[in-house]
Amino acid sequence: MPLSDKDRIFTNLYGIHSWKLQEAMRRGNWDGTAGIIAKGRDWIIEEMKQSGLRGRGGAGFPTGMKWSFMPKASPDGRPSYLVVNCDESEPGTCKDRDIVRNDPQTLIEGCLIASFAMGAHAAYIYIRGEYYNEAVVLQAAIDEAYEAGLLGKNAAGSGWDFDLYLHRGAGAYICGEETALIESLEGKKGMPRLKPPFPAAVGLYGCPTTVNNVETIAVVPEILRRGATWFASFGRPRNSGTKVFCIQGHVNKPCNIEAEMSIPMRELIERYAGGVRGGWDNLLAVIPGGSSTPLLPKSICDDVLMDFDALRDHKSGLGTAAVIVMDKSTDIIKAISRLADFYKHESCGQCTPCREGMGWQKRLMDRMVEGRAEIEEIDLLEGVTRQIEGHTICALADGGVWPVQGLIRHFRPVMEERIRTYKQKHGGGMPLAAE
Amino acid sequence: MAKVTIDGAEIEVPNGASVLQACEAAGKEIPRFCYHERLSVAGNCRMCLVEVEKAPKPIASCAYPVADGMKVFTDSAMVRNARRNVMEFLLINHPLDCPICDQGGECDLQDQATAYGGQGGRYREEKRAVKDKYMGPLIKTIMTRCIQCTRCVRFATEVAGVPELGATGRGENMQIGTYVEKALTTELSGNLIDICPVGALTSRPYAFVARPWELRKTDSVDVLDALGAAIRIDTRGPEVVRILPRINEDVNEEWMADRGRFSFDGFRRKRLDRPWVRQDGKLRQASWEEAFAVITERMQGIPGNRVGAVAGDLVDAESAFALRELMVGLGSANLDCRQDGAAIDASRRDYYLFNSGIAGIDEADALLIIGSNPRKEAPVLNARIRKRWAAGALKVAYVGPAGLDLTYHAEHLGEGPAVLSALLDGGNAFAEVLKGARRPMVILGRGAVARPDGSAVLAAAWELARAVGALTPEWHGFNMLHLFGGQVGALDAGFVPGPDGLDLAGMLAGGVDALWLLGADGFDAGLIPEGTFVVYQGHHGDRAAARADVILPGAAYPEKEGTYVNTEGRVQHGRLALYPPREAKEDWRIVRAAGAALGVDLQFNTLDALRERLAAANPAFRLVDGRIAGGCTDTTGPQAGSTSLGQQPFALPITDYWQADVVSRASQVMAECSRIYNDPTPRLAAE
Repeated sequence: MPLSDKDRIFTNLYGIHSWKLQEAMRRGNWDGTAGIIAKGRDWIIEEMKQSGLRGRGGAGFPTGMKWSFMPKASPDGRPSYLVVNCDESEPGTCKDRDIVRNDPQTLIEGCLIASFAMGAHAAYIYIRGEYYNEAVVLQAAIDEAYEAGLLGKNAAGSGWDFDLYLHRGAGAYICGEETALIESLEGKKGMPRLKPPFPAAVGLYGCPTTVNNVETIAVVPEILRRGATWFASFGRPRNSGTKVFCIQGHVNKPCNIEAEMSIPMRELIERYAGGVRGGWDNLLAVIPGGSSTPLLPKSICDDVLMDFDALRDHKSGLGTAAVIVMDKSTDIIKAISRLADFYKHESCGQCTPCREGMGWQKRLMDRMVEGRAEIEEIDLLEGVTRQIEGHTICALADGGVWPVQGLIRHFRPVMEERIRTYKQKHGGGMPLAAE
Repeated sequence: MAKVTIDGAEIEVPNGASVLQACEAAGKEIPRFCYHERLSVAGNCRMCLVEVEKAPKPIASCAYPVADGMKVFTDSAMVRNARRNVMEFLLINHPLDCPICDQGGECDLQDQATAYGGQGGRYREEKRAVKDKYMGPLIKTIMTRCIQCTRCVRFATEVAGVPELGATGRGENMQIGTYVEKALTTELSGNLIDICPVGALTSRPYAFVARPWELRKTDSVDVLDALGAAIRIDTRGPEVVRILPRINEDVNEEWMADRGRFSFDGFRRKRLDRPWVRQDGKLRQASWEEAFAVITERMQGIPGNRVGAVAGDLVDAESAFALRELMVGLGSANLDCRQDGAAIDASRRDYYLFNSGIAGIDEADALLIIGSNPRKEAPVLNARIRKRWAAGALKVAYVGPAGLDLTYHAEHLGEGPAVLSALLDGGNAFAEVLKGARRPMVILGRGAVARPDGSAVLAAAWELARAVGALTPEWHGFNMLHLFGGQVGALDAGFVPGPDGLDLAGMLAGGVDALWLLGADGFDAGLIPEGTFVVYQGHHGDRAAARADVILPGAAYPEKEGTYVNTEGRVQHGRLALYPPREAKEDWRIVRAAGAALGVDLQFNTLDALRERLAAANPAFRLVDGRIAGGCTDTTGPQAGSTSLGQQPFALPITDYWQADVVSRASQVMAECSRIYNDPTPRLAAE
């Protein structure tokens, strides 16, 4: 059963209609916002917990629980902040972009409600620098909302004073990490902070802060309007709701699609993206959740469900739900090598393992692409990724080595074959850099 | 307190302590690069990873707070593995420079690689190379060796207060530098060399000079400013090759100012290494016997009250005291150690000491600086003020030339002594801040009293301290900041005019026929009247030696055992690190020999006997390495005499930090610093 249109939260994901406020309100945005807020902070957080919404930015942390970490009152006079992470830089991911440019009012309304729920009178949206046109649209949408009295003093007639600011980043993958984003927002170099303290205790400008993904915030108003049970009715338990999937690569019709969670991957690709180029049997592998999740070979893709737990059971993850499909024409080693290159380029350079290790990983992968390596070096490569993983301040180093780990896990024979072929062609000995 | 189990041993540590501190308290060594006790925690090197029970990943112990009941393992397989891995990463792009690296032998990376690293390298790819950066005349950079621990960035920003260092670039391409290349504008830059855990920042003057194990190390104290920093003098053969700070929490913590650290090449240059006598208007080399013969002959017949002596800024208390004894023996009371003419009232010790103590700054909550730029006069003390200010606990204001960059916010109240009157009669709001403070401090620069109305300024500053409640039995908030390491010692040794004695101005006005200068280069020797017989005893051929009739070569501070008193009255011993060059002798011996030649029976034959006499004259000298602390029980102020506060704005005594004393004026390194830092238009690398 495909998700019916009436159950879609993003009614203008494709920009068929106008993003303007009036049209958005006609589509149902800002309907009864004041009434939702009138139900109070505890009700909203409880409802969010009931809905089972898990963060849409990649880590999948339960949203209601995250909000509940925010202090109820401020004994020392520090304000609370909501920060919305629109630094959507994960290769393959483009869901926030469509939300922001085509359905910005869902996000703006979500900001108001979420901020109220965590006692914040101000929220910041941090949008990546490359999203220039999106930033223009979003700013215009914010201005419209101000003019209509939906933001500012007594926002949307709710009695809650609320200001919303848009901040453009300068284009760094690391600024999508929540504490690096906060640093960048403060005007510093985007480098992740040490935790603890967590942002809910000491965040933006030293004040309690929650950082949420765009999609997470944008679905909030609709969940509260329709009720937690409605949202929880989609998908498997602990993986409930609808989700925007970004399907791309070797499919016939790449698209962004809002679908039910826990949809089988094959159904997702075939129903919405027109199937794999050359048919399902031409499938080689799929990266299921944005570039940092380990790839899955076809044998797993055949029946895996698209949700947090099912993918985790296969040592991958839902991530941002950016499904990168690769058919049999793909040089899988080169594809992953390109990702290793990306993560080397985007390492912030703070922690030793990531700063030094990403370059090592990338250089080893470069040789693996050619086959100019020894078979034992596959183990070295694996070892290097394990040395990086879990030894850094932020989790992005983990994400930077998972693609390579996935490659070795599922395509080691291909790598070995490549090395053997190279040896046959070049007669054994491996030229070293030092030679 | 939190109970933490470390490798099975239970230990109690304060709440809020880091796991690393807990491990150290338990006696476990935790390797680290980025962590430094006196800097903020960066947590980026990942060398200090330890295992905590129930934590899935190893945690960075420097940044992780302890929790009650926490179980920490510092030597588990996970920890050993994590350290080996981090070490491997650190080394893959680190050049194998150790044989030619100046850090070799005292390198954290080298030591920890030996202790925690693996057996060999597995990295077969190309290594990173980084272009060296210019950071000024004192720091040599070899940036390929940098491991990006950011200690230097944090030191410059937090301690030195000059946010000029930073990291540019990302990932592998992250580089430490000054953005636009330029010399770091701090007087504490040498400390960057100490805190750099690898050989990326090394000492330019020490480059390729020696290996640490070849050096003879002598503990001493720095006398080139009045802080009295604990130092270690490293010598090889007859040369000082470098000077490093030692830890003394009460004085310099572990920092040191650049002038004291880098001016040691001045010990080799412009030295007076044999006696000279003036013959037919020209100085010629002579033997000690000849020199003393000339002195005896020329001083014969000069009555005692027509003889005078002036002590310099770097003299040890023993020599000053010995010379005083000699003068007393000759019947003279014409003594002065205040070459700058500072109106110091030596009748009570707390009239001229930094009474709150240097460590007292850590308690102060309001500070008024009068006629002083502590950044140039005592950079390490200034860093301590900055530390207190940065903790948000100190309000600072200053009186003196406007536009001082003290590295912390300080309100400018005015330029001249009129501000003191305003503070006293309530015409200035900062008086209320001082009054409201629990531990108010007034710092009076020595330069502020070295002026015609000096005694009035001194009296007004004391009165102000009294009026704002800085003088209580628990707290002494009146502080004089001296400029050089010998100044307080000479005052303590009583080197001031005796009854009916002349001060320096009186002596220069024709009051004496013979003048003995003990390292006295701090005044214009051209003012000495013609015909006055001048004996110069000292170690450098600086300003005064040229005017002398007899030159007696003395010892510089690393070349003698000497007692120095720092600005807070702490008595410390400097130790002999090497012998004076050629014919030069320790100064007290010269005075003793002169006494014999002049027929004055000096009551000491050994340094110990001299020290005993000194301590008998001033019991303060008995307490070595400590200071008599305490509040102010008698708030009677120094006498203003007949002077009253003038209108002249305060002037700062040190105009060129890098050339402020005889040693640094002889130093080529300091000359280059002076040239670079005093250049009104600093040249940038881009030009």
